[in-house]
Parts: sequence; C-alpha cells; structure tokens
Amino acid sequence: MAVIWCFSQVKGAVDDDVAEADIISTVEFNHSGELLATGDKGGRVVIFQQEQENKTQSHSRGEYNVYSTFQSHEPEFDYLKSLEIEEKINKIRWLPQKNAAQFLLSTNDKTIKLWKISERDKRPEGYNLKEEDGRYRDPTTVTTLRVPVFRPMDLMVEASPRRIFANAHTYHINSISINSDYETYLSADDLRINLWHLEITDRSFNIVDIKPANMEELTEVITAAEFHPNSCNTFVYSSSKGTIRLCDMRASALCDRHSKLFEEPEDPSNRSFFSEIISSISDVKFSHSGRYMMTRDYLSVKIWDLNMENRPVETYQVHEYLRSKLCSLYENDCIFDKFECCWNGSDSIVMTGSYNNFFRMFDRNTKRDITLEASRENNKPRTVLKPRKVCASGKRKKDEISVDSLDFNKKILHTAWHPKENIIAVATTNNLYIFQDKMN
Amino acid sequence: MAAALGTGGRGQEAGQEKQAMQHKDPIAPERAEELKLKAKYPNLAQKPGGSDFLMKRLQKGYFDSGDYNMAKAKMKNKQLPSAGPDKNLVTGDHIPTPQDLPQRKSSLVTSKLAGTHGQV
Repeated sequence: MAVIWCFSQVKGAVDDDVAEADIISTVEFNHSGELLATGDKGGRVVIFQQEQENKTQSHSRGEYNVYSTFQSHEPEFDYLKSLEIEEKINKIRWLPQKNAAQFLLSTNDKTIKLWKISERDKRPEGYNLKEEDGRYRDPTTVTTLRVPVFRPMDLMVEASPRRIFANAHTYHINSISINSDYETYLSADDLRINLWHLEITDRSFNIVDIKPANMEELTEVITAAEFHPNSCNTFVYSSSKGTIRLCDMRASALCDRHSKLFEEPEDPSNRSFFSEIISSISDVKFSHSGRYMMTRDYLSVKIWDLNMENRPVETYQVHEYLRSKLCSLYENDCIFDKFECCWNGSDSIVMTGSYNNFFRMFDRNTKRDITLEASRENNKPRTVLKPRKVCASGKRKKDEISVDSLDFNKKILHTAWHPKENIIAVATTNNLYIFQDKMN
Repeated sequence: MAAALGTGGRGQEAGQEKQAMQHKDPIAPERAEELKLKAKYPNLAQKPGGSDFLMKRLQKGYFDSGDYNMAKAKMKNKQLPSAGPDKNLVTGDHIPTPQDLPQRKSSLVTSKLAGTHGQV
C-alpha cells in the first residue's frame, strides 16, 4: 500500500486493569478533522484538538491534545419498566460548523443530546458595581464611572447541553445520522427509526416501524441507519439478517416499504446454524461520494453500488480464519461483537477492526490489504507499523501469530479516518491510538 | 448462551451429516463448527434467529419485569401463608427493588483519555 503508517500518539491509562467506565464506545472526527471526539461507557465525552502545524517540524502533522471533556449522559432508572438505562455513549455525530462554536449530537440507549462546545478567551473587567472577584460594591462608594472592557484570559472551553431529545425510543438507540439539510437528523433503535428537527425536542416523526403486531413473529431487527451524504430524502438501514433497505422520504410519510432492498443471495449448501448470526450487519456507511455504501458483518466488509441491489460489488475478508472457530466464538459471545468500518477521505481505502488489537485496511484500487496492530510496543513517534499476519493452519512462519494465540478480549470495534488526511484514530478497549502516514 | 427451545426438523439433516463424517467427505468449516456446538448443547434451538433470541436482545437491564411484578404482588399480600420458611429468605431468591439498589453514582472521575498519565 502506498501509505506507510506510523505511530503518532496513544491516549489512556497504561494499566491492564480496565474500569468498565473507561471502555471506549465511539470515535468520530468532525468535518474538518481538526477535532476528534470519543465517548465511553461511563457516559463521558473527550474531545481532542489538532495542534496547528509546526512550521519547523514539517515531517509531522499536528498532534491531538485534549480540548474539552464533559459528562454527556448519566445512568438512569426507568421505573415503569424496571430497567436500568446505561449511560454508555453509543454514537457521536458532529454538526458542520456554522459559527465560532462546535456542535455535536451524542446518544445513549434512550436519549439524544445536542452539545455546544464554545471557547471563551476574553472576560469583561472594570465593572462599576462589581469587584473583580464578583462581590458587589456599595453604590454609595462609587465616585467615578468607567467603561468595562474585555481583556484576554486563558482559553476556556465550555460544553453545554442545548437540546435534549428524549422519550422517543422504546428500544435501544443504535444509530444517529445528521441529514445533509443540516436541519434534521434520524435516530434508529432495534425496531424503529425517528426523524427529528434539531430545533424541536418535544416532537419527532416515526419514519420506519418494523415492529410486528405479534412479537412472536419478530424475525429481524434494525442494526444501523444512515442518511445519504447528498440526497436529503434518502437514508438506509441495515438488519440482523444481512439486508440493507434504502428508503426515500418523498415516497410516503412512513417508509416501511423500501425503495431498494440490497441482499446477497445465500448459497443454500453453505447454510449453518451460524449463517444468520454472522450475516448480521453491524455497521453501514455511505462513501463520501454517495455512490457506494459499505457494510460490515462478522467476517467481512462489503461494498455495494447503490445502483445494484442483488449483490455487493466488492467483498473483503476481514478474518476468514475465524470461520472454523465459530463454535467457541458463539460460546464466548464474541460472535455478537459489533465491528464498525470507515472510508478514507477519497473513498479508495476502507478500514475495520478485528481481534488481538489488529485492524485491517483494504485498498479498493490495488486490491491489496494490510493488517496492523495497535500496541504500545513500538510507541515512539514516527515508528513505522509492522504488518501482521495470522497463520490459519499448518506451520506457523516466523513473525506470524496462530489463530489460537489471538486475544479475543482485545477487540478493535471503533475506528475513524480523518476526512482529508491520512490520519486514523483506532480505539482499543480503553486506549485511543492515533496513526499517521510517514511524510518524506 | 444456548436457547432451550427447539422448533423441530433438522434431525434428519444431522443424521446425514454424521454419515458424511464417517465417509470422510469434506465438510464446510461452518458446518463442522455447527456439529461441534450441537454435540455440546443437544437442546440447542434449531434456528438461532427466532423471536425469543431477538427479544432477549431487545431487553437489557437488571430485571426481568415479570419477576419484578410477581415479587411486588407477593409483597402486597404479606398476610398470605407462604409455603416455605419465609423468615429465612435465601439471598438468591430475593428480588431487588429500585430502593434496594445502591445508588449508581455517575462517573464523577474525569476520563483517563483526558489525563496525562500514559499519554504519548
């Protein structure tokens, strides 16, 4: 592959004893790539900002340092249903920047919040009726008047919740997606998709409802949903049965009938107990161009052309060697792990995570692929990452790792690619790695 | 993890597969794994995608609301004679209520991603 990946930074605690709250649950670059947000199981959001490029250090791009951190969601208890509502952040999505402030949507299982992140670098001084420390002055002691002025102060970054979109989901929210009209967004749970206006919190429109009249007839659930990047009337949602439905909101108010159904025909001779489970789509992402979409199921990544419903145009095997381990992966629940996937800025390379802190990239043009590892072993900046190889069976070559030695507790579920540069963010269980391509 | 319901009908297929193994025909890896699983859990449901499987997925949380409501009803009718030694409630049978749960503290600690320890 033309890109040579190097270690850049790692964030998070070194110790192996991971507190549950520190488990990273989502990673997302903003539209310019200057900001990188993470969400965790403890309901916290941490935002990193890329430093301005240093002119003297032309061989590396700016580092990401902490910009803001706040508690987005707290644990709640639903007394009506006797259920605890986790504070885990399932998804973060950035709004495009319209003014000096930044806005993002963050969601847990039940509630979506719009957060405003703003900078304050000036403060007013010289009030007539207040001392500098805030105490009120006795008006009778004021003998002259002065005009208060703004003076510079140390940069303060404040996060405040501007909208809370609650009580619209009976089931667990798995996706949020902002429309290209920048006014509306969708939220999807296991059985329903709702459409919201960013300004309106007390109302949302249900646009997809796949709940059967009799729950005994339930055969599939919604696993992910996304708006088309350019067509504000189009969105897709994926299912636990490996299908993707494309819907057009102009067709009807309730989009229960799809406009397109994307499904790869199954080879009946290959069917097994595991077939449906491993065909469940864990993530769906449109390409930046809007012409393609990518889906991730347990063992592969598939690229679909929106003009062709009957099969994907490209299929990439992420870790085919796991097909002969499905029994144990079912027993330890790993078969239900939800891996995400992402495109690079030019839609030429796709990336997804695997086990043993490995992650994979597929170059759509050269058809070459690479396996890299997120590890603290070679964590000097600009250390080139060494490609990894898993030995499926037979004699293990030097530097290869055998399937049985893979650590299935070290999973990379969340990865993100800078919208313009070759900079990637890879989340292990509780650490965030940033890799960049070697320049010069 | 094994769901206990059976919906019938794959017994004949399994028999045929066993024959295939005896004749040393190559089996697809997925099928081989399926046979392994069925050997370990003979009561496994034939179809994993059934509604019970999915409904389990839809409900997360500490409580089975059925158990909770039954326990609430029991507590209302305290004067009813109970069969067992109700004075010595086995801990395992005690259905917790929201009041019994220790208050879940939100994460007041700053995320370690934002700290400086371990950063490079």
